[in-house]
Amino acid sequence: MEAVLFNVESGYAEALCRGLSSSLIKSAQYSNMTQCDTLEDLKLQLGATDYAQSLANVASPISTSDFQNRLFAKLVADFRYLQTTAVEPLSKFLEYITYGYMIDNVVLMVSGTLHHRNKEELLERAHPLGWFDTLPALSVTTDIESLYDVVLVDTPLAPYFKECFTVAQISDLQIEIIRNKLYRAYLEDFAQFCKTLPGSTYESMIKMLGFEADCRTINIAVNSNGTGLSRADREALMPRLGALYPVISSQLARSEDPEQVRAVVEQCAVPEFTDCFDSSNGQTLEDHFYAEGIVLCREALTQQFSYATFYAWLKAAEQEVRNVTWIAECIAQNQRERISGYVSLF
Amino acid sequence: MSQQREAVFPTRMTLNLMRTKLRGASTGHTLLKRKSEALTKRFRDIVRKIDDAKMKMGGVMQAAAFSLAEVSYATGGNIGIEVQELAKQPRYTVAARQENVSGVILPSFEAIVNKEVDDFKLTGLGRGGQQVNKAKYIYGQAVDALVELASQQTAFVLLDEVIKVTNRRVNAIEHVIIPRTENTIAYILSELDELEREEFFRLKKVQRNKQRDAEKLQIAEKAEKERLAAQESDAVQSVEAESTTENGAKNDDMNAFDDDADVVF
Repeated sequence: MEAVLFNVESGYAEALCRGLSSSLIKSAQYSNMTQCDTLEDLKLQLGATDYAQSLANVASPISTSDFQNRLFAKLVADFRYLQTTAVEPLSKFLEYITYGYMIDNVVLMVSGTLHHRNKEELLERAHPLGWFDTLPALSVTTDIESLYDVVLVDTPLAPYFKECFTVAQISDLQIEIIRNKLYRAYLEDFAQFCKTLPGSTYESMIKMLGFEADCRTINIAVNSNGTGLSRADREALMPRLGALYPVISSQLARSEDPEQVRAVVEQCAVPEFTDCFDSSNGQTLEDHFYAEGIVLCREALTQQFSYATFYAWLKAAEQEVRNVTWIAECIAQNQRERISGYVSLF
Repeated sequence: MSQQREAVFPTRMTLNLMRTKLRGASTGHTLLKRKSEALTKRFRDIVRKIDDAKMKMGGVMQAAAFSLAEVSYATGGNIGIEVQELAKQPRYTVAARQENVSGVILPSFEAIVNKEVDDFKLTGLGRGGQQVNKAKYIYGQAVDALVELASQQTAFVLLDEVIKVTNRRVNAIEHVIIPRTENTIAYILSELDELEREEFFRLKKVQRNKQRDAEKLQIAEKAEKERLAAQESDAVQSVEAESTTENGAKNDDMNAFDDDADVVF
């Protein structure tokens, strides 16, 4: 029934999203790009893609950050356009997607404000997808209490803050802990929200969100070694979501060294993660995660009448920006042997 | 010609002074020459080390820049500002020491890593922490190489200056001071010889004058005696009697004037 009515409200937006997805760079184009000798060549290759316009008027000594900025600007513009065409519940869904970036921005502003950083400088660095109207206001306040009472309360992130911290905690917690706690609350909330959406959205979304949660869990387990985080602290950072929760994540929280983490993950019989510690091809944990994430995106894009398509497109497009930046870095720094580290969607 | 010798009075005291100076100059010359050689040896060492360090630097810096690219790929963003916020205490400090090479004080830098300070150990906790750690490690090495290079480079500049000064001094002593002192000594010696010759001549002259005066005096005395003798003989002619002693004396006088042509008997 949902499938019948889906197109009434979200048909146009989905069509846009399909169009954007199909114009993502294909693997043949990627292999052409890896043959480039200079960044100018790369720019020429990108001329055959949707990015032609974005890169058209970049002044001649083009740098890798130019690629990143221009490509990312296009991604943001596309996303904003999708948002304007969206109606409930898609608009709410898209908004939820941006909360993840908002967390980064809020954390950035809070820590910057605490250290009396220049406001303009901070705003420049804010993630454009996580932009919201009251973001500049965050730096007006000087102490944490008023920060929460005046500004954060009105942001969509207020419930997460409320859930995770008291006012006293914010000021003396590590910024990274705050970020991860918020992100955990966000992932859980997002999953809850997806349950309310019609159709197959929840099934696709819970896979992707669960996968992201699992990646974070493993990463936290690996990276918290030797940082003095207690078991309870670690467990409090791991999202209560995904295939690893609850048994394996609590085992991970208990493991003390990277070898133990690896053993736990390899025994857990979750197919996505069994070989994620395999570094035989010089691949890192992150490479494996990105590769797996792209597989999930591909699966989600095969679904129709599902909001997960939008999420999958955004993730794939983000990966594409990373890919192009990576290839550009490899070309600029003459590291040819690592150039094939990108992950292609199609 | 004033560069050729010093403006001194040619006396024996100055001669001694100059000789001491010459001795001092040649000792100084050998010492400075040795110093310059020691410094040059050290200098070559440093040049080689700088070459190595620069080569190493190139490799390490490239790896470091690439590890940063890996970080931005893995974390998908810019962690720079976060790291800046979190860094509060220095983990990596540089201590300067002094090293003495043949009297030249060279600074040398030493890296001290405070392992306990790790301000942004949680960065990348949820994502890309391994890459962050790797980048941290590689950049640590890059800074190591940088400190090493800075140390050598400072020594290089300082030594270069000192070697130039020392060589200038060696050359100045060798080509200016020593020849000039030698010239001065030669000049003093020649002046002293000249003085001696003058003195000798003067003595001779005085002697001759004295001799001449003595002769004149003798002639005058003789003339006086003759006059007296003539007066006496006038008296004797009337007396006729003469003592033998007077005779002997007269004979002596006569002998004394034998070779005087203008004395006529």
